This record gives sequence, structure tokens and C-alpha cells, in this order.
Amino acid sequence: MPAVTCESSYMSTDVIRVENLEKHFGHLEVLKGITLNVPTGEVVVIFGRSGSGKSTMLRCINFLEEPTGGCIEVDGTRMEVGVNTRARKETIRQIRMKAGMVFQDFNLFPHLTVMENVIEAPVTVKGESKADAKKVCAELLEKVGLSDKADEYPIRLSGGQKQRAAIARALAMRPKIMLFDEPTSALDPELIGEVLEVMRDLAKEGMTMLVVSHEMGFAREVANRMCFFHEGKIIEEGPPSQMIKGARDERTRRFLEAVL
Amino acid sequence: MDVGATHGEEGLGVKRAGRAQRGGAPDEHSEATAFKRKLSLVYLGIAALLGLLFVWFQFDTAFMLEWLPYLLKGVPLTLLICFGGIALATVLALLGALGRLSSNAIPQGIANFYVSFIRGTPLLVQLFFIFFALPQLAFKPSSPAFLESIFVLQLTVAAILALGINYGAYMTEIFRAGIQSIGHGQVEAAHALGMTASQSTRRIILPQAVRVVVPPTGNEFIAMLKDSSLVGVVGGQELFFRAQTTGNAQAHTFETFAVAAMIYWFLTSVFSFFQKRLENKVARGHVREQLYVH
Repeated sequence: MPAVTCESSYMSTDVIRVENLEKHFGHLEVLKGITLNVPTGEVVVIFGRSGSGKSTMLRCINFLEEPTGGCIEVDGTRMEVGVNTRARKETIRQIRMKAGMVFQDFNLFPHLTVMENVIEAPVTVKGESKADAKKVCAELLEKVGLSDKADEYPIRLSGGQKQRAAIARALAMRPKIMLFDEPTSALDPELIGEVLEVMRDLAKEGMTMLVVSHEMGFAREVANRMCFFHEGKIIEEGPPSQMIKGARDERTRRFLEAVL
Repeated sequence: MDVGATHGEEGLGVKRAGRAQRGGAPDEHSEATAFKRKLSLVYLGIAALLGLLFVWFQFDTAFMLEWLPYLLKGVPLTLLICFGGIALATVLALLGALGRLSSNAIPQGIANFYVSFIRGTPLLVQLFFIFFALPQLAFKPSSPAFLESIFVLQLTVAAILALGINYGAYMTEIFRAGIQSIGHGQVEAAHALGMTASQSTRRIILPQAVRVVVPPTGNEFIAMLKDSSLVGVVGGQELFFRAQTTGNAQAHTFETFAVAAMIYWFLTSVFSFFQKRLENKVARGHVREQLYVH
């Protein structure tokens, strides 16, 4: 394991700092030194071909994948590559509690109702009382437009409803940042809008968001910045207006032509 | 024969549901009724044949009725052994499954040994070992005195131990498969929310594994109900032992065995019924009673 020392960050305004992030699976290098800093309240859309490392980077930020090099910092909690000691696991858990994650396949808990899904982590992890958690849950479900589905099991929801419930579940932990891993890729086209709507509202409220997505309409409207991933590197980034209209790199342009 | 009738009914119910799912066209419905009628005829035929045998061999029904209460008195012990056995087996199977899936070598090694050794030896040998062989260890010159109170077991306790340990090994594999059948996304979602490994196992994985594990565990229980008859071999006054002793003594073995078989059949039918209800209960969240409406 290469010993990468990270420069110590001193009271940065960046709520997410990714420094020299590397990840390889065996001989396959998926991330080749990603550096990405995101200030509070910024929405960053990450795009690129499949296999370019977008999802892997997102999953490294909350350590669902263990990075093989580099350094992650979320809201001042810093974590380097290392051996999993008890203390390290605890720090990783702290990071995860600050980073809400939304998956492509929703991953709702099928044995729990929508409300139980939302209050599970606050009650189990944070030790909140059920009554308090339910109160927060009711607010969140109203925000994502699922107030009438609180007592349904996930199997009775449409894909769009499932994803909105998953967003509510992540928000219930009051995260500092939200990570969206292709949140609309598994949805039928007519259901994508309702999920993007919720994400748009979230961005308006000032949530810091990292979104892996090819929804260029959403990116143009909501993102402050877009990053193009190619073969494990960010090869171009900038505001959406500049990226979509006039990408400098040939590979970015070619990709955008294909998805737009 | 009441039991036979319920059994047949149940089988038909499943068939019919299967057919109805494929589409409830009227001709299919009448086809199903015709099939049901044919099945009933087969059952009737079997019953008639058995009745004929009864008459032919001059089975002593009066004897059977007379000794039925005595045989029934063995049922509580049979049930006690089975409930005790399945409870112990469930605990061992859960520990065994978590052990086999553990990344730690110690629990995994112990669990692997347990499953391999117990599945590799006959239940009857294990029962004899616990009931006859263990007590001898207590009386070796080197044995401390307190071993006597541990190794010399009441027959009921020995039976529960033997069945529990034996079935626990088989059920370990059932539980392991049940746990592994829960998608990795579930663990990831739990971890992403900040749950520890034990929290996600307890709150997310195991409750879902229960649904997968209940049907085969019910089957194991029903199998155990019948394997408990082995306890009669070492002298436990359970159902089969009573059937054997009275039958032998009075030269009516066939009658008492027939009654014992009926009682076993009745018991398994009752438990099958409850098993089905339990399955439906734990399947909540996985059965879509009605389609969603946007």
C-alpha cells in the first residue's frame, strides 16, 4: 500500500475533500488519483462512461469501498488508508453518519414499512426515541411527497416512490452531505422526474450534493459544477454552462454528444 | 379418515391456486374441478383398499380403540422432546450459521467442525453416545465427582440434546443459506446509514433471513417429530415405544403400529397447518396484495 500523506487541512470551508484517491481491484486500477474538493452547499454532478470510476469514487467517500490510496475528509472528519482498527471503524461510521447515500437500486429494507425504513437508523444508530424519529419522519415523507405511503411496505411502491423513500431514509440521519449513485438509472422514464424534483428541492435548501448521473437537464439546472470522469481520472470540470456547451477536451465532447 | 381428507384438500388448494394464477378462464376452472374429482377418486380408492386389508387380515379395531388412550399418553413426551429439540437446534443453527459466515477463524473453525462431524455421524449413534457413553466418562478414575451430575442425563434431556445437536447441524446450513440469500445491497444500505456490523445483522439481515428460513425449519420440525421415535429405542416412554411394547406383548403389533402411524400423521398435519400460517405471517413485505396506484 503506497503511503500517501495528506496535507493537513486547516479549517477549510470544503465539506468534502478527496485527495489523491486511488482504488485498485487486484491489478485493475479504477481510480488513479482523484482530487475533488466541494464547498458547503455546492452540487456537483459527476458523469462519464461506465467503468470510469464515478460510482467507485462515491462509494469510497463513505468507505463502502476501501480506498487503496489517498485521503477522504467529510465535514472535518478525516480518514486515510489504513488497517481496520476499532478506532478506524468508528471514524468511518462517523463519516457515514454525515454522508447520506442514495443507491441506484434503492436498497430499501423490504421487511420494514416506509416509516420503519426512515426511523430505523435514527433509532438504532443515534438512539433517538421512536416518537421523535416518527415526527421527523412525517416531515421528511411530506417533503418527498409520500405522506400517504408511511405504512406501506416497499414492494407496494413504484420505483420513483421507492427512490423518494430512500432519500427520506438518508435524510433522517441529518447528513451534512448527500451522495447520489445514479439515483434515476433504474427508473422508468416517466418516474425520473419526481425523483429529480425532490433532489432539486434539496439542492435549493443548500444541501451539499455529489450526484453521479447522466441527467444533463438536471445538471444544467441544478449543478454548480460538473466533473467528467475518464479511466479513473477527472479530466475536465467546470460549471454546466461551460461544460455542456463548450467542453475543451475531445473525450468530454464526444461523451456529451452521445448522451445529449 | 379425517386427516387424509384435509391433506388432500390442501394439496388441491395449491394446485388450484397455481392454475388460477395462469388465468381464470372458465374452461380452465372446470378443468380444475374435473381434476379435483379425479384426485378424490384416487383417495377413495386408497381408502377402500386399506379397508379391504383391514377386513381381510381381521384387524382388531376394538383392540386399537382400547389401546388408543394409552398410546396417546406418549404424545406429550414426543412433543416435549421435539419442541425442546427444535428450540435447541434453532439456537445452535443460528450460532453455527453466524460462525460459518464469520471472518474470524475461531468461530468459523468450530462451526465447520460441528456441521461436518454431526452430519457425518448417525443420529442413533449420537443418541446412544449421549445417553449411554457419556455417563461412563463420569465414572473413570480420573474424572472429578461433579461430572456425574453433568454426564448422567435424564432420558428426556438426552433426547432433546441429541435431536437438538443433530438437527442444529443440518439447520446451520439452512440458516447460512438464508442469511446469504439477503442481497449485499441490504448490508451496504445499513452500513451507509452508520450501522455497525452487529446492528445490521440484527436489525436488517436476520429479520429478512427468517422469512427464507421458516419454511425449511418447519420441514425440519416435522422430520424431527418422526425421528423422535428413535428415543423409544433407548426406552423413552414416547409414542412409538408404547406402540411397540403393547403390540409385542399382545401380539397385535400391526394394530398398535397403525395407530401410532395415524397419530404421527395427524400431528404432522396439524403442524403443517400452523407452519403455513407462520409462513404467511413472516412473508409480509414480500407479498404484494394489490398493485400500487400512482
